[in-house]
Amino acid sequence: MTAEKLLEVKHLKKHFHVGKNQVLKAVDDISFDIYKGETFGLVGESGCGKSTTGRTIINLYNSSEGHVQFNGQEVAHIRGRKRKEFNQKVQMIFQDPYASLNPRMNVAMCIGEGMDIHKLYPGKKREKRIHELLETVGLQKEHASRYPHEFSGGQRQRIGIARSLAVNPEFIIADEPISALDVSVQAQVVNLMKNLQKEHNLTYLFIAHDLAMVKHISDRIGVMYLGNLVEMTTSEDLYREPLHPYTNILLSAIPVPDPSIEQTRDRIIVKGEVPSPVNPPSGCVFRTRCPEAMDICSQMKPVWQEAKPGHFVACHLYEETSHAR
Amino acid sequence: MADRTNPELLLEVDNLHVSFSTKRGEVQAVRGVSFSLSKGETLAIVGESGCGKSVTAQSIMRLIAQPPGKYKEGSIRYKGKELTTLSEKEMQKLRGLEMGMIFQDPMTSLNPVITVGEQIREGLMRHQKISKADATKEAIEMLQLVGIADPEKRMKQHPHQFSGGMRQRLMIAMALVCKPDILIADEPTTALDVTIQAQIIDLFKEIQRKTGVAIIIITHDLGVVAQIADRICVMYAGKIAETGMSAAVFQQHQHPYTEGILKSVPRLDGDRDQPLIPVPGTPPNLMNPPEGCPFYYRCEYAMKVCKEHAPPESDLGDGHYVHCWLQDARAHSIQASRQHT
Repeated sequence: MTAEKLLEVKHLKKHFHVGKNQVLKAVDDISFDIYKGETFGLVGESGCGKSTTGRTIINLYNSSEGHVQFNGQEVAHIRGRKRKEFNQKVQMIFQDPYASLNPRMNVAMCIGEGMDIHKLYPGKKREKRIHELLETVGLQKEHASRYPHEFSGGQRQRIGIARSLAVNPEFIIADEPISALDVSVQAQVVNLMKNLQKEHNLTYLFIAHDLAMVKHISDRIGVMYLGNLVEMTTSEDLYREPLHPYTNILLSAIPVPDPSIEQTRDRIIVKGEVPSPVNPPSGCVFRTRCPEAMDICSQMKPVWQEAKPGHFVACHLYEETSHAR
Repeated sequence: MADRTNPELLLEVDNLHVSFSTKRGEVQAVRGVSFSLSKGETLAIVGESGCGKSVTAQSIMRLIAQPPGKYKEGSIRYKGKELTTLSEKEMQKLRGLEMGMIFQDPMTSLNPVITVGEQIREGLMRHQKISKADATKEAIEMLQLVGIADPEKRMKQHPHQFSGGMRQRLMIAMALVCKPDILIADEPTTALDVTIQAQIIDLFKEIQRKTGVAIIIITHDLGVVAQIADRICVMYAGKIAETGMSAAVFQQHQHPYTEGILKSVPRLDGDRDQPLIPVPGTPPNLMNPPEGCPFYYRCEYAMKVCKEHAPPESDLGDGHYVHCWLQDARAHSIQASRQHT
């Protein structure tokens, strides 16, 4: 890919200390790049570390180890005026549209707060900008004086999007932005996000557990399991030729809304549940549930490698040293 | 609409109306819902939040608190017995014994301070003359059936020692321990991860094969419905929009709302460049439900008649019913002429 790198994540780790001498490895050594103008999707089951990754990137959490570089700058070291600039360029949309808006601030205050902090639209421009933003996200300017409780979930998520757009960001981290919404409304918000991306040349990190939706919106996808990236490639490739057994299982577990397909398709149902990230399995973290587990999987952690151009996987099945197949 | 002579018929809900009185007025959550359930079948009730699907399910178990809730009209008959007017004492004999229910969030529906063994035994001891030892034996068998390993040891543990998927298995064990005829599952997989969801759906199918229990599954996830349902009711704004056999609803759906929700979900095998087709707008406020078709304001085929008159039920054969004015003979000519212009 010749595109310019916007964000580089290198060997990022985020460990939380829980109780005596116990460490929860929420994110354990992951690396990926996000290019300008693309949507990078991060999928995985609950507790896999996808949200922690998003929050560590924007420095809501301090990373335990590793680097996050935005436009070539180390995010953790950005201070002062530069920090403010970074905060303007990187915005976040949260999952719960009910919890992420201050109930005592009306819509204009919610949207305008960031603009005021960054002194972007002083005086009369401020109101005009707020009205423009509301129209951009499909609301009306009359809504500016209303309070969050007067809106439905989908409308609140639109307000959240308008708030993140208010400061002209380059990069938006969307953490499960649609999972709290009804199906018919999810499509409205996703289409809106896609259109805004085209208009404003935005780059997205789209975090979600719904693989079908992630595949729809993302250019490239990273699949996470228990704090590790297990596979990363373009969304077409991930669906067409998944390499990692976990990706296969995840794809197979997603029900297709079509009974004629459901009745004929072979599904792999994985046994057991995700182990605790406090005591992850040795070697490959997926080996306890993996239908293809071999001896080596418990002894060595698989190497993150490029199996095909642009298609990364961490699995012993694809390592040259293991001649299992 | 159901065949009243059908001996396999377990449950018949007819023109059910349920309202809740609130400070700001009466919310008409369920506004004329009818369906039936036969032995051994799986019926899915699908719809968005607030469409009345959970209230319908809770009404069958008579779990709606009165007040503020009220069964305004209609009937629920279980094996010919009218449930809406049954005394609470009689109802308690039915709950758990003949109908079991599981809820969306397994953590809040289990008692955190009582061992799971005790909780599973409770239903048995209450409904059947059975010794504690026998109840324990049956509870262990039940845990095995729902796929919990090492059941003797697990019986003595508390809910917090189980993971989310395991807790949902416990709920299923509790609901099924008295071998009920009907299992009502309200969003049973919504709180679970996809791989666990696949396990639980598989478990439902296996249990149905082994025990022949009839299942009513309430969900918003069309994928889950496609996997498990024999028949489907699509609900919208407290009413049934369309009902029919699973294949008919998915492949020959006639209601614009059914079409809308099916088109708005992305498919894994779909084309990324095709934008999703959302259903515009939001559902109506059930405090003041519209007089005509509730989907009128979001419907791309809306006609003048839809605004003022609620659509009648049209029978498309083979148990496929739809509530939409487009089925009216007069509508076709209007639609056709509109397409030409």
